[in-house]
Amino acid sequence: MSLKRPAKDQPENFEFNSSSLEAANKIISKYPKGKQQSAVMALLYIAQKQNNNWIPLVAMKYIAKLLDMPYIKVYEVATFYSMFNLAPVGKYFIQVCTTTPCMIRGAGKLVEACKEKISENESELLPGKNCSWMEVECLGACVTAPMMQINDNYYEDLDKEKTLEILDKILKDEKPKPGSYRGRINNEPENGRKTLMELKNA
Amino acid sequence: MLKDKDRIFKNLYNDLGSDLTSAQKRGDWVNTKEITEKGRDWIINEIKDSQLRGRGGAGFPTGLKWSFAPKEVGSRPHYLVINGDESEPGTCKDRDILRFEPHKLIEGCLIASYAIQAHVCYIYIRGEYFVDGQKLQAAIDEAYEKKLIGKNAAGTGWDLDIYIHYGAGAYICGEETALLESIEGNKGQPRLKPPFPALIGLYGCPTIINNVETIAVVPTILRRGGKWFASLGREKNTGTKIFCISGNVNNPCNVEEEMNIPLKELIEVHAGGVIGGWDNLQAVIPGGSSMPLIPKEKCETLTMDFDSLVAEKSGLGTAGVVVINKDQDIIKCMARIARFYKHESCGQCTPCREGSGWMWRMLERMAKGEASKDEIEMLGDVTKQIEGHTICAFGEGSSWPVQGLLRHFKDEIKKRNNFDPIVKETQNIPYLVDQHLLDKNA
Repeated sequence: MSLKRPAKDQPENFEFNSSSLEAANKIISKYPKGKQQSAVMALLYIAQKQNNNWIPLVAMKYIAKLLDMPYIKVYEVATFYSMFNLAPVGKYFIQVCTTTPCMIRGAGKLVEACKEKISENESELLPGKNCSWMEVECLGACVTAPMMQINDNYYEDLDKEKTLEILDKILKDEKPKPGSYRGRINNEPENGRKTLMELKNA
Repeated sequence: MLKDKDRIFKNLYNDLGSDLTSAQKRGDWVNTKEITEKGRDWIINEIKDSQLRGRGGAGFPTGLKWSFAPKEVGSRPHYLVINGDESEPGTCKDRDILRFEPHKLIEGCLIASYAIQAHVCYIYIRGEYFVDGQKLQAAIDEAYEKKLIGKNAAGTGWDLDIYIHYGAGAYICGEETALLESIEGNKGQPRLKPPFPALIGLYGCPTIINNVETIAVVPTILRRGGKWFASLGREKNTGTKIFCISGNVNNPCNVEEEMNIPLKELIEVHAGGVIGGWDNLQAVIPGGSSMPLIPKEKCETLTMDFDSLVAEKSGLGTAGVVVINKDQDIIKCMARIARFYKHESCGQCTPCREGSGWMWRMLERMAKGEASKDEIEMLGDVTKQIEGHTICAFGEGSSWPVQGLLRHFKDEIKKRNNFDPIVKETQNIPYLVDQHLLDKNA
């Protein structure tokens, strides 16, 4: 269970804009009649995207009304899942995987880079910065470790230098190229694979 | 080594493109209609003959699972749910299927849905795989457009709708009943079994839950026959499997190989060997973080399948092989895994919620050499009190890696944590003694 607390400064109003509402209605239609509650996670995610990467309490109340479910159940879901941010994290939210497979390939260096460039503490949004960072559990790209996630994108096969470069770009509000930073487009072994040889360069 | 013609995931490295036209060139969607015309019983029997076991970790026979679905659809509709939560540290195989072989998965969904009589299929993908999920969504849209799913899917006369449901970063949602709770819009806390999901699952309806890889191999098995699949590997551990080799190897990679392949071959041939040479190997986690590690001595001869790993008191799990060489501190590695489990425990059962934190804190101290001698036994005792005392298998998953460490690296821990306990004499205070330990000695 992750420990998360809602931010102290909460906005007073929240409403889906038209594109969010359209996306929300589309998602609700995926589930059987009367089971619209199933859409709560997706709607929280939409709210998070619309509201600069975090979910205020009013948004939970709004979603509860929209899905006709108790507010506390939305709150439960929002606090249970670790991808929902209940406090501002900045325009770019950087998550560094430090679970064992990444750790033994040097994820500690990525954390160092984040500490140097962004802030000494994790989950800390310094005034004037557009991003914050956090150590997270396995992101499921162990073969391309160490890696980190910035908003929706994966940045894989990193080391400290490359991380610093990426963070520099982020701080300048540029979008660094996602994917592997050793030029991999897939999870094949570098330096010569032994399988599916005929298909290579086919 | 497995011959290329026997590989199921020909596009594992995206040489050929993941779009529908390329997928059809590889043989997907070619004769889906003929397959379904052979009937439900034939499909389920063929899967039973292939001895396919679930690829998500537990290794339950897939054909058997499908046969648990009610034969007649009653008042409640049936559901097929695909588990693509993939959060086990060391595992990243489903991601490659989602982004490079989506049509194998979609076709598998259609055949499986037909076999268990489901008209709706939900694919649960972990929220972090948003970009890969979008690729799958594009493939689903493509399939709808070409009438391969939807009304009268692929001309089979069967209606099927496929929807993606994104998770939001909870490892526990890979547990099947927690996954159902999550789809229903609740916290992902596992349910008690029985009732099993095959009878009472999603929205209280009969539900079959399968891993992404399990479903994606189904069409190929039915095309080439269960006998072909069963001829690979060995009895009860048949077929091919995607192995993810990560950690201290020269070329970490995903590779599809035959079951029962020697671990040494996986590491040396496919992953380019251990960093620093084979002699620098310390231990291997054979099947994702929840499986106990295996020390170097046993890695020489170890073969990778469900049963041979169980014989070594470990397990194949998801086949995420994490190689740890001698440059790493093994206690620290396991302490980090314990922290993972502490973070991911859903908090429903006390032994797991509290115990996972205890294990983490004890291991952290042991890594620094701050624990006393008696704590080593105590740690073993904690793992035993978690294991088997929880609703779901997370209890086992969190305590097994620690047990594995204690089994194979006890001397290392003892060497580092060498001082006497603060309370020296083990006094005989009956009410402070764990009752279950007394019973065992009696």
